Amino acid sequence: MSERTAVIASRVGLHARPAGIFVAAVGELPIEVTIAMAGEPADDAMDASSILSIMSLGASNGDTVVLRADGEGADEALDSLVKILETDLDAE
Amino acid sequence: MQTLSGSSRPDQTGADTTETGRTFAGVGVSPGRIIGSILLMPQAVSEPVAGERLAERTSSDEASAALRAAAKAVQVDLGHRAVGASGAGREVLEATALMANDPMLIKAAVKLITNGVSAERAIWEAAASVAEMLHNLGGYMAERATDVLDVRRRIVAELRGVPAPGIPYSDTPFILVGEDLAPADTATLDPAKVLALVTSSGGPQSHTAIIARALGLPAVVAAVGVDGLSDGTQVFVDGAAGTILVDPGADEVALAQAWEKTAAALATFDGTGRLKDGHLVPLLSNVGGAKDAVAAAAAGAQGVGLLRTEFCFLERDTEPSLAEQVEAYRGVFDAFPGKKVVVRTLDAGADKPLPFLTDASEANPALGVRGYRTDFTSPGVLERQLEAIAQAADGTEAQVWVMAPMISTAEEAEHFAGLCTVAGLTTPGVMVEVPSAALTAASILEHVDFVSLGTNDLTQYAMAADRQLGPLAALNTPWQPAVLQLIRLTVAGSRDEGHDKPVGVCGEAAADPALAVVLVGLGVSTLSMTARALSAVGAVLASVTLPEAQQLAALALTAHSATDARRLVREKLSVLDDLGP
Repeated sequence: MSERTAVIASRVGLHARPAGIFVAAVGELPIEVTIAMAGEPADDAMDASSILSIMSLGASNGDTVVLRADGEGADEALDSLVKILETDLDAE
Repeated sequence: MQTLSGSSRPDQTGADTTETGRTFAGVGVSPGRIIGSILLMPQAVSEPVAGERLAERTSSDEASAALRAAAKAVQVDLGHRAVGASGAGREVLEATALMANDPMLIKAAVKLITNGVSAERAIWEAAASVAEMLHNLGGYMAERATDVLDVRRRIVAELRGVPAPGIPYSDTPFILVGEDLAPADTATLDPAKVLALVTSSGGPQSHTAIIARALGLPAVVAAVGVDGLSDGTQVFVDGAAGTILVDPGADEVALAQAWEKTAAALATFDGTGRLKDGHLVPLLSNVGGAKDAVAAAAAGAQGVGLLRTEFCFLERDTEPSLAEQVEAYRGVFDAFPGKKVVVRTLDAGADKPLPFLTDASEANPALGVRGYRTDFTSPGVLERQLEAIAQAADGTEAQVWVMAPMISTAEEAEHFAGLCTVAGLTTPGVMVEVPSAALTAASILEHVDFVSLGTNDLTQYAMAADRQLGPLAALNTPWQPAVLQLIRLTVAGSRDEGHDKPVGVCGEAAADPALAVVLVGLGVSTLSMTARALSAVGAVLASVTLPEAQQLAALALTAHSATDARRLVREKLSVLDDLGP
């Protein structure tokens, strides 16, 4: 199981446009990814391809989330997702 | 009508020639002559029956597959619309598209299907749970709950093989046809896409009429049968005559082109309402928020005769805070420094329900706890609103007046005036829309400084005719002699009280140029209307003297019927020919 942490950079937190961009990126990947707030048990992690699940996390600007994935290319995939989360997508 | 996934429904196009040349007659409520092809407003999506199970010969696998296909189709459709939108609208559509096919949502629905629930009912319940979860998170998330419910309606519509709810999507401009239009329907109406509004029901003071006039779109209501036409049918709409002609010819094309020229040539209002002999009649605007107010000021309105404050309260679960209200009202006041702004306190109920204030189970909402009466059942909301208005007024240069809707007695007027004094508001008034208020205007004016006639509801109550019912459209016109009498009596009451306190009109009647002349002739001192009507009303008022207006008022009062009254007055106003009928 690969794991990465990311600090939410978008000003509005992980909703609206940033959530949409993130979920669309997850959808492009061949592997399944889960997301959870840092410190929460891995068992409670949510499906990162579900925008409704992402929204229910309520991740705000500055919060740390944990991404997990298994399988070939998991590390690279998670790296690309971390990059998205750590860009202030509201700035565009 | 095709569904998104192309399920097998016969595709009906305007090529059905049995309709050629057919005319539909209704009530013209907003002038303009235009040709276009129609799109029908879809029927609302009804809730699938509680406990609905899978159909006998449908397996849960088949139902799940159907659900997935429907969800995907809705996602694709919303994605297309997103491409056509921009800014915040585009973001919302993109997020909603993702919601339509959300793994968590679909998984929850499939689970129900596996337990024997029908696909429609399964998505209905699954989405309800998600919406509740979001609602409980509060803030931004809670607002997304409505998006989930919208997505739910779309998926159910797709499963049923009927068109998606809401204003139809189209790449090209079209004429919108439906049974009647509600405020929620028209919230997303894009005047760049919609050429005209036509309904088979509704009346001259229905919401369709109001929004058509506000947007300057030709509109016809109560045109029985028109919603039986097919999508794509070419029609000619005459918003003044109130007719719709199917498959227009060269004559209609010429008329439509002539209208386009006239509409462009209409001079803008010069900012001072007056009659030919110089008698002043200030022309103000009816607005529903800061954006309207700014546009009205730009159009030359001499103030705001009706600030509808519901915009602050709609689509909310709870009362807005003092700070939110103050900011909202100030946005309007700031658009009219030094000018009059008349604020109407919250007018909830009937066609404007507010979950935290009005009771949707009332048998007769039009006769129910609405407007000022909500103070009886939910005391405090009005007091807080008055406080917010006073605070907002303190920070600006507008002259702020305040009035209460649905006042029925002098006692209520006195109580309202007392509340205004406590809040520090110095110019209280009331709306005259309940007939009892027109008949006891003298007593009422002992306690307040002005009254404003809400002719839409006054007509409804006086004629005992529901504003929204097509068959009663002929009764629901302010040209009815009985309604004109009530207006006359209100003015007489003001004179009897001894101070000639102003009687204004803020209902749709003020926006009708010919009727505006009659109102002035009856002694009404100010008129407030949608900003778009200012130039036409200004032009017609400027063509008559006060004695002439009074003669026309007398003619209308003694006419045999509303139709006669309108005809007799319009005949004498030759300027109307230049403006177009």
